[in-house]
Formats: sequence, C-alpha cells, structure tokens
Amino acid sequence: MVPAVNASDVLVIGSGAVGAAIAYFCALRGLSVAVVDSGAVGSGTSSKCEGNLLVSDKEHGPELDLANYSLKLWQGELAEHSHLWEFENKGGIIVASQESSMASLQRALRVQREHGIRVEEIDVAELKRYEPNVTDEAVGAAFYPDDSQVMPMLVTAHLMRMASEAGAHMWPYTEVTGLLRSGDEVRGVITARGSFWADAVINAAGPWGGQLARLAGVNVPVEPRRGYVLVTEPMEPKIFRKVYAAEYIDNVGSSDGGLQASPVVEGTPAGSVLIGSSRERGGFDTTFNPEAIGRIATNAVKLFPFLAETRVLRYYFGFRPYVPDHVPVIGPDPRAPGLWHACGHEGAGIGLSVGTGKIISQAVAGEDTDLSLEVFSPTRFGELTEVAA
Amino acid sequence: MSKENSVRQKHCDVVVIGAGPAGLAAASQASGAGAQVLLIDQSLRPGGQFWRHASEEHDADPGRWHHGWNTYTQLAKVLERAIGTGRVEHLSGHHVLTGERTGTGLGLTVQPVPELADGVRGLITVEAPAVVLCPGAYDRQLPVPGWTLPGVMAAGGVQAFIKTQGAAPGRRAVLAGTGPFLLSAAASVIQAGGEVAAVCEAADLTGWVPHGVAAALVPSKGLEGAEYISLLAKHRVPYLRRTAVTAIHGEQRAEKVTVSRLDRHGAVVAGTEKHFNDVDLVGLGWGFVPQSELVVQFGAQTRIDIDGSLIGVVDTRQHSSVEGLYLAGEITGVAGATAAVAEGRIAGYAAAWMAGYRVRGARQAAAAQRDKILRANHRAFARAMHTAHPLPAGWESWMQEETTVCRCEEVPYHRIRESTETLSAQEPRGLKGTTRTGMGWCQGRICGAAAICLAKSSGDQRKEQAARAVAKRPLAAPVRLSDLAESRAQTRPLKAP
Ligand SMILES: Cc1cc2nc3c(=O)[nH]c(=O)nc-3n(C[C@H](O)[C@H](O)[C@H](O)COP(=O)(O)OP(=O)(O)OC[C@H]3O[C@@H](n4cnc5c(N)ncnc54)[C@H](O)[C@@H]3O)c2cc1C
Ligand SMILES: Cc1cc2nc3c(=O)[nH]c(=O)nc-3n(C[C@H](O)[C@H](O)[C@H](O)COP(=O)(O)OP(=O)(O)OC[C@H]3O[C@@H](n4cnc5c(N)ncnc54)[C@H](O)[C@@H]3O)c2cc1C
Repeated sequence: MVPAVNASDVLVIGSGAVGAAIAYFCALRGLSVAVVDSGAVGSGTSSKCEGNLLVSDKEHGPELDLANYSLKLWQGELAEHSHLWEFENKGGIIVASQESSMASLQRALRVQREHGIRVEEIDVAELKRYEPNVTDEAVGAAFYPDDSQVMPMLVTAHLMRMASEAGAHMWPYTEVTGLLRSGDEVRGVITARGSFWADAVINAAGPWGGQLARLAGVNVPVEPRRGYVLVTEPMEPKIFRKVYAAEYIDNVGSSDGGLQASPVVEGTPAGSVLIGSSRERGGFDTTFNPEAIGRIATNAVKLFPFLAETRVLRYYFGFRPYVPDHVPVIGPDPRAPGLWHACGHEGAGIGLSVGTGKIISQAVAGEDTDLSLEVFSPTRFGELTEVAA
Repeated sequence: MSKENSVRQKHCDVVVIGAGPAGLAAASQASGAGAQVLLIDQSLRPGGQFWRHASEEHDADPGRWHHGWNTYTQLAKVLERAIGTGRVEHLSGHHVLTGERTGTGLGLTVQPVPELADGVRGLITVEAPAVVLCPGAYDRQLPVPGWTLPGVMAAGGVQAFIKTQGAAPGRRAVLAGTGPFLLSAAASVIQAGGEVAAVCEAADLTGWVPHGVAAALVPSKGLEGAEYISLLAKHRVPYLRRTAVTAIHGEQRAEKVTVSRLDRHGAVVAGTEKHFNDVDLVGLGWGFVPQSELVVQFGAQTRIDIDGSLIGVVDTRQHSSVEGLYLAGEITGVAGATAAVAEGRIAGYAAAWMAGYRVRGARQAAAAQRDKILRANHRAFARAMHTAHPLPAGWESWMQEETTVCRCEEVPYHRIRESTETLSAQEPRGLKGTTRTGMGWCQGRICGAAAICLAKSSGDQRKEQAARAVAKRPLAAPVRLSDLAESRAQTRPLKAP
C-alpha cells in the first residue's frame, strides 16, 4: 500500500488536533505532507478532552500570546468552517465562592487586563442573570467574553479532511518505531508499513512526544497528566457559559503531581453537560481512580446545586501532554537537525492547535513566523539525564 | 443528606451478577459448596431474560409462556432455601455499575435501581475473591426505514412484553430478522391471541445442512423448533426465507410493512417488494448482543464470536483471564438457556473452589461431567445456528439517506456516510466523536451493531477493538452526581501522585 519510496517535504507524527493543524497549514503552503498515526485519526488525547478555547486561564507570557494568536485564527481565517466544529463564542465565567478566592481573582484580573485580556468583574446579581442556576454561595465573578468552545473531535477530523483536500496524505494505524538517521540528522521515520522520508519530521505525538524525542536521543520532557471528565444525561439548557471555580486557575498553573479537581462545567449542543476535570500525574495509568470522579462530582454540585440530582451517563479520561514550565515545545531541534517538535500543549492543545500549525508551517517553509519560536524552544530543558529506557 | 445516603460496604466469598439461568445455577452451586454468596440482579425477582416473570396480575399460570420452567422452579427452590439459611444474600433491584481488580480481589460498585429503590440511595461497594458474571444479552438491532415508529419493537421485546403482560403488544404482527428466535416470538404472539402476518427470515437456511450432526446433539432444540413450525403452519403464517423487512410505513405509528427478497449477499433484490397492510406490530430480531461492559471494565480478555459479537474468553472451568473472575451464560457466546445453566453450575463450583471451598464426591463429579457434555453439545448447536443465520452483509442496501441510525442522538444514515467517507472515521470511536452515534441514553446498546458494520473496521484485531470500543461503558447504568460525590468516602487507597 505504501509506494516504494515515500518521500515528502513534511512528515507529521501524530494526527491529533496539533498534527492535523500542522498538516493543514503546511499543505496550504504547497508543501507535500504525510501524516502517520499509530491509531485512527485523532484517537489520542484530542478525542478524550474538552474543547474550551480559553484566554481566562492563561498567565501572561508565551502561552497567552499563542492563545490570542490562535483565537484570531479561529475567528478570522478559519471562521468560514466554524459551524463544522461547532465553534461557539459563549464566554467564560469564573465564580468565587469565598471572599479570599474573590480577592485572588481580583488580583489575577488586574494582571490579565494589563496584558490585553478582555474581562469584566461582575457582581452576584449580574452573575445570576448570566447563570440563574449557579450556587447561592457565590460572592462574585469575572466574565470573559472571548472564551469560546469547539467540539475537539470535529476540529481534528475536519482539519485532517481539509489537509487531505489540500494534498496531504494520512496513514492511520502506522506507528513510528524508529527514526532514519544520517549522523545527527533525522531524515525520516521507520514504521511497520515501511520507511517515510522527509525534509522535516515533526513530532506532534502529544503526551507521547517525550518518547518520540528519546528515539532521537534528545530531551523533551513531555509527560502525561491525566484528567477525567463526567458526561451527564441530556437536558434542557441550564448552564449557558463555561463556568468554573476560582481555584481552577491555580490548578492549571501548578505542577503538583497530586490529584487536583476543580470544576469546569459547560453545556454542549447535544444537551449533555460536561464536567471536568481532574489533574494527576502518574504515567499512562489507565486504572480507575474513584477519588478523582468523586471530587469532580462534589465540586460540580457545589457550583451548580441542581446537578446533585442529575445523572452521569459515562466518564472518560485523557492524558494531557504536560511539560514542567507549562509552555508548549514548538520548533526545530538543533540537536537533531531535520526533527521538529510541536507537543506539550497540556490542557490547551485544542485551542492552541491552529496557532501552532500556522507558525510551524511558516517556519518549515522558511518564512518569518508570526510569533517568535524562541520561547518555545526544545533545547530549554537541557540534555537527557537518564539513559533512555 | 440522610444516613442511607452514605456508602455501605459488603464482603462475601462469591458474588454472582445476574439472576438469569446462568446466575441462578452459579449461586446454587457455589452456596451448595459452602461459600457465602451475594447474588445481585437489577430486577426484583429472579429469572433473567429467559424466565422473565409474569407481572403479578397475570401470575395464574406462570409457566405458560416459558420453556424449561421446571429447571427454573428447581433452581428457585434451592435459592430460597439458601437464602433461608443465610448462605445466599439476594440483592435484588440493584445494578452493578463498575467492576475492577483491587489488588486483593475483585471490587464492585452497586447502586439500587432508582425506580425500584423506594427512596433508598447511595452506592454499595463489594469486595470478594471470586465473581461469577452472568449478565446475559440483549436484542441485536439493525436500522431500517421507519424503525423509530411506535409499534416497532425488538423481537425480544415482543417476547418479554408477552411474558410479563400476558397479552401481545399489537393485533397483527410481522416478525423479521434472522434466527430461530423469530419463530419463538411469533408463536408467543399467536398464543397471546395476536395474528402474525408473516415471519421474514433473512437467511436461506441451507446453512443448516452441513451442521445436521450438531443440531441432532440437541434434540430438545429440534423439538422446540418443530413445535413452533407446526403452530405457524396451523395458523397459516407465511415463513418467508431470504426476505427482510426493508421499510416500515405509518403516520403516527406502524401501519404497513414492505418486505423484499435478498440476494446471496443479503442485499435487497430490486423489484421484489411486497407489502403487508394493516400491520400494527413489527418485531425485529437479528440475534443477541452479550452485555459485555463489565467484562471490558474488568479488563478481561475478549474475542469476536462466530456471530460477530464480543464475548469473554474462558477456560474449561469458565474462568476468564482475570484472576477470580468467572463468566457464564450468554456472555461467553449466545447459546441459549440450557448451556447457560450448565455453565453457571460449572462456574459456581469453580468460584467456590477459588474462595477456598471444596466438597466433591462421586455424585458431584458425575453431575459435573454431565454439565460439560451439555455445554459442549449446546455450544456446537449454537455454532451451527449462528453459521446458518448470519447478519446479512448487504443490509445497508435498504437504508435511505434519512434513516435514523442512532436513535438517542438522532443521527441519520447520510451523516454517518459523510463521516466514514470524508472524515476518516474508520472505527466506531471515530464515528461517535464525529457524529455522536452511541453517545446518548442507551450508550450504544441499540446502534452499536450497526455502528460496527458502518465504520467498516476490517481485520480480526480491528473488529475486536471496534466491538470493545462500543462495549466500553465505564458505568453500566446512569448514576446521580450526588451519589458519585458521596462515593469518594470509599476507603480504597489513593494512588501515589
Ligand atoms: C480531560 C482533558 C480536558 C482537556 N480540555 C481541554 C480544553 O478544554 N481545551 C483545550 O484546548 N485542550 C484541552 N485538553 C488538552 C488537549 O486535549 C491536548 O492538549 C490536545 O489534545 C493535544 O493534542 P495533540 O495533537 O498534541 O495530541 P494527541 O491528540 O494526543 O495526538 C497525538 C497523536 O500521536 C499519536 N502517536 C503517539 N505516538 C506515536 C507513534 N510512535 N507513532 C505514530 N503516532 C503516534 C497518537 O496516536 C495520537 O493520535 C484537555 C485534555 C484532557 C485530558
Ligand atoms: C427477550 C428475550 C427472550 C428470549 N426468549 C428465548 C426463548 O424463548 N427461547 C430461548 O431458547 N432463548 C430465549 N432467549 C435467550 C435466553 O434468554 C438466554 O439464552 C438465557 O437467558 C441466557 O441466560 P443468562 O443467565 O446468560 O442471561 P439472562 O437470562 O439475560 O440473565 C442476566 C441477568 O443479569 C442481570 N444483569 C445484567 N447486567 C447486570 C448488572 N450490571 N447489574 C445487575 N444485574 C445485571 C439482568 O437483569 C438479568 O436478569 C431470549 C432472550 C431474550 C433477551
């Protein structure tokens, strides 16, 4: 099924949201593109997550810049496709239920405003106008009009379709087991279907990105950080924005390995409510953690008391691609010329996918990038310390 | 919240999940060997699918609609005695939500079925060294234009309705699909005073010929079949082979049915349409789907059976690949109630043995040997039956663009096609993600078989993955958030971060 010599300008490892976006923007630039994935299209974290496009949870710095840049793409260049992936600019609300968390929320707001995030502080009466069913314990809140939502699996599938229509070739069930090397250089990948040669090999393997980097002997410390999401029975809309508790911001920014669970509650067009999510580090552990489920449920009921009687139909979990400094790894790797990275987007890879795809495509084509790649550099973590297992 | 809302914990030697033929046999055997047994079933009364109870008002002659009623009354008597002596606790009206390995044994979470619970709430956690899982099967469905109209039911649903209500759910019926079960459902409709306009069998039945020997090993099945056939003949019910219902019409409910001939590949032969007017009941049955979500939750090994369904892999003692987990009945392959009873007995004894009990004299050894022969013969018969009654490969030929595939999320056929053709959805998970097929209330129980076919997963391994993806239901039933919130009081140790 594979041509004797499969060679392309760009070979993307991974067909999650990030890989699909890279494939799309590269193909648009006229580059020849092949995408390989060990499973089906989008079968990794991009189909086990939520689809929040948030600016509200970002600290100032490179991640916020990439979030803002991506949002411009979602709402600009990609706007004509919005309906395909159920893009909804519903706005986000952070609710504080204690005076102390209100105080930290206010501090965060000030910083965010300075960095150009649109946000307004709202009082309880206003909050109740936005969300009539929210807890009576609320003491105040902040409203972020730019927070939006997409359906991540549709994003991934359609970006991949658009990439294919622009000439990219997708190879599902094709796992990369080794790299084609020439000295330090990376010239392609080895799979059970044969070898794929390319000028640029792009590691978009999400939480498996660290393992891929090890194949090249370079250190890109991406680790899985597990998150659970509960899905309720379908119901009439009772939650209108993305609503989350003030502690959430602290969890996103923290590197604590222990279990954290702060609620992010949102309705979906299908009527189910998604309740996320927990954060815990412990490898690709697939055993059930009832504590995580219990805590998510407890916190969600605190935020929306009516949910106590709502039934959960299922839950799922995914592995966020976590890096210690919470900044994704994007760009060429000078330690292994020919190898590029685009992974480590942790809990924001859906939102950040399109921005990542576009700047990678610019860089691979040798153009100036809209955002500087320097801050996303893969070399910032130092060399591998342990011997590759 | 009140006290009854807190989490309770139970321990015992052997847990039996499901009080159908397999589960009742397992419970009686395990308790007979001396084990302390907890028998859990979501229904209030034992019997499972096969010995479904007539509801109270129609109870005058409970055996009337049931084959094997003697076996049932015997097992029920043993159970009653064992409950009397405290050997068996029967947790009826309870649903097992989750099952997992705990490190020290097998753990379950159990919830009172809300409609039956009388206000009692809260989850129960159970731990035991051995579990016998006998969750049975439900009807396998294929979509067809008009199948969402009231009056269209699963063939098993028709049968169950008659068994519980004592009357047919319609006046004039067409039964269609494949397998001998259609005959049994048609017979029930007639016995309950209804009329059967036709029975449409998709297979041509020549598939039975090479398996005559297997069929002869189970004379009771042959007799049962002959009884049905003669009843249908007596009532002049046409038995149309290589024929399927290809459209159901009606304004408010089913009124009229179109049937068509199928070719060798199970695809519609154009121009062969026939109509049955004045039909208010359509029973559709394409075999059964074993209820495999708990097997998948436990992480036990599975495979695709000859009829295409996902089943648990067991050894000769019904032991799965997970230590302490035994499987019996339809979950190891759809083979009918007699096989289920034999397997239940084998599994029940083995589970008690695993929990440390063993009493086996010459008499028990002989009985065990009989069970093994019974199991082998019925399994051989089932293989012959499945071979003779395959899902028609060409069933998509009767689909129309707007025909609903996923009823809960209202996903029409053309959306599925778009997704498989342009969005690379080559497996049911991809279909689910891009169309919401299987995401609704039934969690893919109704549309799962169709989704697996439509996603065109090819290759044995890929097919099993597809079936496992459909059967992956982390909660076997819906559960309230408040109950989940309480459940964190569980004492299970937390994993190190
Ligand atoms: C519970 C949860 C909630 C989340 N909520 C949000 C949210 O609201 N908003 C948001 O923006 N983000 C969210 N995220 C994060 C987001 O899901 C991820 O950042 C994003 O999906 C990462 O995309 P990716 O393409 O990098 O990785 P993936 O989608 O994981 O894709 C990587 C692909 O690489 C393939 N692969 C791996 N190894 C190999 C190999 N050796 N050979 C070939 N292929 C290989 C995998 O099969 C996989 O398909 C959430 C995550 C979780 C877990
Ligand atoms: C509607 C219907 C009618 C049938 N009629 C005939 C017939 O006429 N002739 C014939 O030969 N065969 C018939 N069959 C097939 C026959 O019922 C089976 O062969 C037989 O019942 C298998 O026994 P079992 O013990 O494996 O499962 P079942 O009898 O299905 O018993 C399983 C039990 O487990 C319970 N259960 C499942 N999951 C859970 C859970 N998570 N928690 C708690 N409880 C649970 C169910 O409530 C059920 O009571 C019929 C099947 C169906 C579905």
